[in-house]
Amino acid sequence: MSPLLTSFSPVSAALPMSSLMTPAPMSEAASAVAPAAAEGVFSLMWLIIVLPAIGAAVLLLGGRATDRWGHLLGAATPIASFVLGVVMFAQLLGRPEDDRAVAVTLYDWFDAGAYHVEMGLLLDQLSVLFVLLITGVGSLIHIYSIGYMAHDDRRRRFFGYLNLFVAAMLMLVMGSDYLTLFLGWEGVGLASYLLIGFWQYKNSAAVAAKKAFVVNRVGDMGMALAVMLMFATFGTSSFAGVSAAASEASVSTLTALGLLLLLAACGKSAQVPLQSWLLDAMEGPTPVSALIHAATMVTAGVYLVVRSDFIFNEAPAARTAVVVVGVVTLLWGAIIGCAKDDIKKVLAGSTMSQIGYMMLAAGLGPAGYAFAIFHLLTHGFFKANMFLGAGSVMHGMNDEVDMRRYGALRPFMPVTFLTFAMGYLAIIGFPGFSGFWSKDRIIEVAFAENIWVGLAALIGAGITAFYMTRLVLMTFFTRRRWAEEAHPHESSAVMTMPLIVLAALSVVGGVLALGDWITEWLSPVAGIEHHEAGLPAWVFTILITVTVAIGVAVAWVLVGKRDVSSTAPANVSVATKAARADLYGDAFNEAVLMRPGQYLTRSLVYADNKGIDGTVNGVGGLIGGSSGWLRRLQTGFVRSYALAMLSGVVLVVAALLAVNLA
Amino acid sequence: MTTEPFVVLAALLFSIGALGVLVRRNAIVVFMCVELMLNAGNLALVSFARQHGNLDGQVAAFFVMVVAAAEVVIGLAIIVTIFRTRRSASVDDASLLKY
Amino acid sequence: MTFSWLTVLGAVPLIGAVAVALLPQGRGARADTLSKQVALGVSLLVLALTIYVAVQYDVDGGMQFVEQYEWISAFGAYYAVGLDGIGLLMVLLTAILTPVVILASWNDAEAGRWSVKSFFAWILVLEGLSIGVFVAIDVFLFYVLFEATLIPIYFLIGGFGGARRSYAATKFLVYSLFGGLLMLASVIGLYVLSNGSGTGATYLLSELSQLPIDEETGRWLFLGFFVAFAIKAPMWPVHTWLPDAASEGTPGTSVLLVSVLDKIGTFGMIRFCLGIFPEASAWATPVVVALAIVSVLYGALLAIGQNDIRRLIAYTSVSHFGFIVLGIFVLNSQGHAGAVLYMFNHGLSTAALFLVTGFLISRRGSKLISDFGGAEKVAPVLAGIFLLAGLSSLSLPGLAPFVSEFLVLVGTFSYSPAAAVLATFGIVLAALYILIMYQRTMTGPTRPGLDAMPDLNVREIAALAPLLVLLVVLGFYPKPALAVINPGVETTLEQVGKTDPEPTVSVPASPDAEGVQE
Repeated sequence: MSPLLTSFSPVSAALPMSSLMTPAPMSEAASAVAPAAAEGVFSLMWLIIVLPAIGAAVLLLGGRATDRWGHLLGAATPIASFVLGVVMFAQLLGRPEDDRAVAVTLYDWFDAGAYHVEMGLLLDQLSVLFVLLITGVGSLIHIYSIGYMAHDDRRRRFFGYLNLFVAAMLMLVMGSDYLTLFLGWEGVGLASYLLIGFWQYKNSAAVAAKKAFVVNRVGDMGMALAVMLMFATFGTSSFAGVSAAASEASVSTLTALGLLLLLAACGKSAQVPLQSWLLDAMEGPTPVSALIHAATMVTAGVYLVVRSDFIFNEAPAARTAVVVVGVVTLLWGAIIGCAKDDIKKVLAGSTMSQIGYMMLAAGLGPAGYAFAIFHLLTHGFFKANMFLGAGSVMHGMNDEVDMRRYGALRPFMPVTFLTFAMGYLAIIGFPGFSGFWSKDRIIEVAFAENIWVGLAALIGAGITAFYMTRLVLMTFFTRRRWAEEAHPHESSAVMTMPLIVLAALSVVGGVLALGDWITEWLSPVAGIEHHEAGLPAWVFTILITVTVAIGVAVAWVLVGKRDVSSTAPANVSVATKAARADLYGDAFNEAVLMRPGQYLTRSLVYADNKGIDGTVNGVGGLIGGSSGWLRRLQTGFVRSYALAMLSGVVLVVAALLAVNLA
Repeated sequence: MTTEPFVVLAALLFSIGALGVLVRRNAIVVFMCVELMLNAGNLALVSFARQHGNLDGQVAAFFVMVVAAAEVVIGLAIIVTIFRTRRSASVDDASLLKY
Repeated sequence: MTFSWLTVLGAVPLIGAVAVALLPQGRGARADTLSKQVALGVSLLVLALTIYVAVQYDVDGGMQFVEQYEWISAFGAYYAVGLDGIGLLMVLLTAILTPVVILASWNDAEAGRWSVKSFFAWILVLEGLSIGVFVAIDVFLFYVLFEATLIPIYFLIGGFGGARRSYAATKFLVYSLFGGLLMLASVIGLYVLSNGSGTGATYLLSELSQLPIDEETGRWLFLGFFVAFAIKAPMWPVHTWLPDAASEGTPGTSVLLVSVLDKIGTFGMIRFCLGIFPEASAWATPVVVALAIVSVLYGALLAIGQNDIRRLIAYTSVSHFGFIVLGIFVLNSQGHAGAVLYMFNHGLSTAALFLVTGFLISRRGSKLISDFGGAEKVAPVLAGIFLLAGLSSLSLPGLAPFVSEFLVLVGTFSYSPAAAVLATFGIVLAALYILIMYQRTMTGPTRPGLDAMPDLNVREIAALAPLLVLLVVLGFYPKPALAVINPGVETTLEQVGKTDPEPTVSVPASPDAEGVQE
C-alpha cells in the first residue's frame, strides 16, 4: 500500500557532473546548461509523480473497500499534481531564462562498476509543458471518466490503471536519465496494455493489448540498445552527461544512437513501420484512447527525439530518417483515416498522421523542435477533445462506433456537437484555431527544408481536411441511419464539462505562439534556428488554406451531397480496400513475422523433443538396449560356461607361452 | 626311470575328462569326468614329484584327493536333490540361472 | 566471531528435518498438520538466523564467518565454510524461499507416494544442504554437498509429482550424476596438482586459487567443472531435464529446483571456474557467450511454443539462465554484477510464477494452457498476481529482474555489441511468451468449468506476498543487494585479471552497433 517512492526522503542536489563531462561548445549544445539545484517548491517535485502513484496503489490494492469513493480519489490525484505543476510552472516563469532547469536527485537507483544511475527528476522548459499537458488533460479525462464509466462495475480499477498511467507518464517526461525515462516508458506501456485490455473478457481487446505491448517491445529494443551504446561511448546515460559529451563522439556513433532512439520512438508513437498496434488499441475504453492513444503516451516518441536534440543535432543522417518516418506516417495515417467507418479508428488514423507531422518537425532539427512541441500540445487539446466527443456520441448511441449508423445527431447532442466542431476546426487548420497556428508552422519549415517534404505535408493537410469533414458529416449531418432502439441523448454534465474546457483550449491554444512565446521558451532546451522558406509567410497561409478548402469541398461532394448507405459498400476501388485494411500493415506483419515465427517455434519445439531430448533419451536407450543384448550371453547352460572357461584357460596359457617363448 | 609316459597319460586322461564335461549331459557322467580330470591332475603331480625328486607334488596330490572327496559328497547330494525335484539328471535342464 | 554461525545455519534445517521425520506417524490430518507447522517453524527460524547473519555481514569484509577444521587429511580436505557477498545472497534466497514454499505447498503432499511429513522433511534437508553448498569454501566439501543435494530433490520429484514423475526424477538424476562424474574427475585432478605443488595436498579454495596451473591442464579441469555447472544451470544443449523435472514435480519442488538448486550451477561457475581457472575461463569465453546467447533465444522460442504452463516456465528459465551465464562470462563489472543480482531476482520471480500457476493448475486439474481462458473474471486476485509475476519475468522496469537483466546487457554490449543485439531480442520474445500465456489463460470469455473457480485464499496470498514485495522493492531500490555484490565482483574480476573498458567518447562506434537499424 505504501507508495514506492515516499519511503526515501528526497535529497535535493544538483545533478552531479561526472568527470566525463567536458564543457561542450555553448553555441550548439544549448541544453548543456547546468540544471539548478531544487529549492522551495521544487523540492516537492517528486510529489507530482508520487501522488498518482499513491492513487494507483490504493485503488489497486484496496480492493472492493474502495469501490465507493475510488473514482473520486482517482480523479483527485492528477488534479493535485496539476496544481503542483502550475505552481512550479509559475515559478519557472519568474526565473531568468537561462536558469529554468531544476534537477532533483531522489536517490541512487543502482551502480555497477563505472555505471551509475540516479533516480533523478529534471524539470525544465520542455518537461514542464508535458507535465501541464499530462496532468491538465489527464485531470479532465479523469473527470470525464467518472461519467463515462459510471455503469462499469470495475470503475475503481479503471481509475487505478489511469492513475498508474499518469504516474508512469510523468516519470517518463521528468526522468533525468535515459534509464529513468525508460522506466516511465515501459510503465506507460504497461498501463496502456492494461487499459486497452480493460474489457478483457472480449478476445479482441485482449489480443489488441498484447499486440500493443509486443510491438512496443520491439521499439524498446532500440531504446535498450541506445542506452547500452551510450554507456559504452560516454560511460553514462544521464541527459546531462550525454549532452555534454555528445559533440565529442563520432558521427557514426551518434547516427547509430539516433537511429536506435528513432526505433524506440516509432514503437511508442505508432510510426511506420511499428504503426500497426494503434488502430487495434481502440478496443480500450474511449477515455483511454483520448488520454493515452491521442494526447500523451503516443507523443512520447516526439518528446524523446526533442529531448535528444544533442544527439540528433550532430547526426544529420538520423534526422533525415526521422523526417522520412514522419512523412510516410503522416500520409499513411491520413489515408487510413479516409476509409474507416469506425469513428474511433478514423481518429486513430488521424492521430498517427498528426504525430507524423510532429516527427517531421522534430526531424528538421533546431528549426522544427519548437513547432513539434507546439503541435504536440495543440494536438493534445483538440484530439483529446474529439476523442471524448466521440465517446460522448457512443455513450448516447449504445456504444455504437460505426459512423454509418449515425447521422443527423446534431440536434440530439448539441454540446457534444459544438465542442467537437471546435476540435474539427482546429485539426483541419481553420484560420485562427490552434491547429492553424501549429500545423502551418510545420508545413512552412518543411518547405524551407525540402520542397518534396513540404508538398507531402501540404497534401497531408488536404487529406486531413477530407477525412475529418467526412467524419463530422457522417456523424452529425446527413440523414439519420441509426436503429430504432437507439435513443441518442446528450451526456451528463460531468462529461460535457471537460469537453467544453478542451474545446476552449482547442480554439485558443494558438496563443502559445503569440509573439513566438513557445519558441523563445523552448530555446534554451531545444535550440532555435530560423529557416527562410524563400516565400513570405502569407503565401503559405493562403496555399494551406486553399488546400484545406479543397479537402473540405471534396468531402462535401462525396459524402455530404450523397446518400450515405448504412452498410459499407463492397465494390470499392483498390485504394479504398487497401486503406480499409490499414494499407496491409497487419498483413505484412503476419506474413513476414508472425507466420515464419510460428513455424520456427513449432519446428524448434519438435527439434527439441525429437532432436536434443531424443539424443539424450537415445543414449539412455542405447545403453539399456546393449545391456539387454549382452545379458543374453548368460544362457544358464553349465556346459557353455565350462566351454567359456576352457577357452579362457587356453587363451591365458597361450598368451603366457607366447610371452615366455618370445 | 623316465616319467614321460605318465605325464602323457595324465594329459590324455585330462583331455578325455574335459571333453566329457563339455559334451555329456548326464550330471553323473559329467561328475565322473570331473573326477577323471582331478585324478589326471593327481597323476601329473605325482609324476613331476618323482621327476624332481621331492615330495611337494605328492603332498599336493593328497590335498586334491581330500578336496575331491568333499566335492563328491556335496556334488552327489546336489545331483540327487535336483533329480528328486526335477526328475532329471541332465545338466541342461538346470538352466534356471540364465539372464 | 567465534560462534559457528554458518554451521548452525546449515545444521538447523537438517536437525529440523530429523525432528519432522521422527514425529509420530499419526493417521489423519492432525499429525500431518503438526509436521507442517514444525517444518514452517524451522524454516522461519533459519530465516531469522540468516537475517541476523546478513545484518552482521560486513560489506567490504571479503570472506567472513570462516570456520575451518581438518577433515580428511590424506586428501587435504577441510570442513571449511565462509560467506562472501554472492554466497550471502544465495543463502538469503534459500532461506526466504523455503518458508514460502512450505506455506504454498501446504496441501500438495497429500497425493504423494510417501507420507506427508516426509515431503516437508525432505524440503528441510534440501534447505540445509543448499546452504552448505553456498557457504563451502573447500572444493571437496562443495563436491560432496553438491552431489548430496540430489538426494532430497530426487525424492521430492519422484515421490510427490505428476504422472511421469519417475521418468522425470530418473532423468534429472542421471543428468546430474553425469555432470557430477566429470566434476569428480576434475576434483581428483586438483588433488593431483596441489599434491604435486610442494605445499602438500589441499582443497581449500583460498589456496587453490593461488595454485600455478599450466594452461593445458587448467583447461581440461575447467571443462570438467564447467560441464557439471552447465548441466545444473541448465544451458543449451544440456537443458532437456529441466522441463520434465519442473513440470512433473509439485510447484514447491519446482521452485526449490529452479530457484535454488539451479543457482548452484551459476554460483559454481563464478566461484570455481573463474576463481580457480581464470586463464581457462578467459579462453572459453567466446564459446560460452555463444552458448549463452543460444540459450537465451532458444529457451524463449521454445517457451512460446509450449502448451504446458509448467514446461513454459521451465523454458523461460533456460532463457534467463542464458542471461546469467552471459553476464558471468563477459567478464566486466556491469555484466557480472547484473548476473549475480539476476540469480537472486530470477529466484524470486520464477518462484512467484511457479507458485501462482501452481495454484491455478491445482484449481483446474490441468497444466494445459488450452484448458484455461477467462480466469481473470472469476479470480481477479490470482490474475493480478499472475500478471505481476509474469511482468517481472519479462523484466519490466520497476520490477527487480529489470535492473539485473539490463546490467547484463550493458556488460554484454561492452564485450561485443553484436552479442548484445542478439541477446536483446530476448526481451521481445519474453513479452511474447508471458503475454501469450496470460492472454490465453486469463482473458477472453470464461471457459465452462472455470466459472466456479475460487480466488486465492489467505494462505496462498500470504505465501506470495513476500515475493511480490521484494520484487517491487528491489526494482526501485536494488542498492542493498548491489552493495553486497559489488565488492565481490571486483575481487573476482581481479582474479581473472580483467578491467572494464573505458568509455570511447572519441572512438568510432563499432560497425555492429550501426547494423542494428537495418
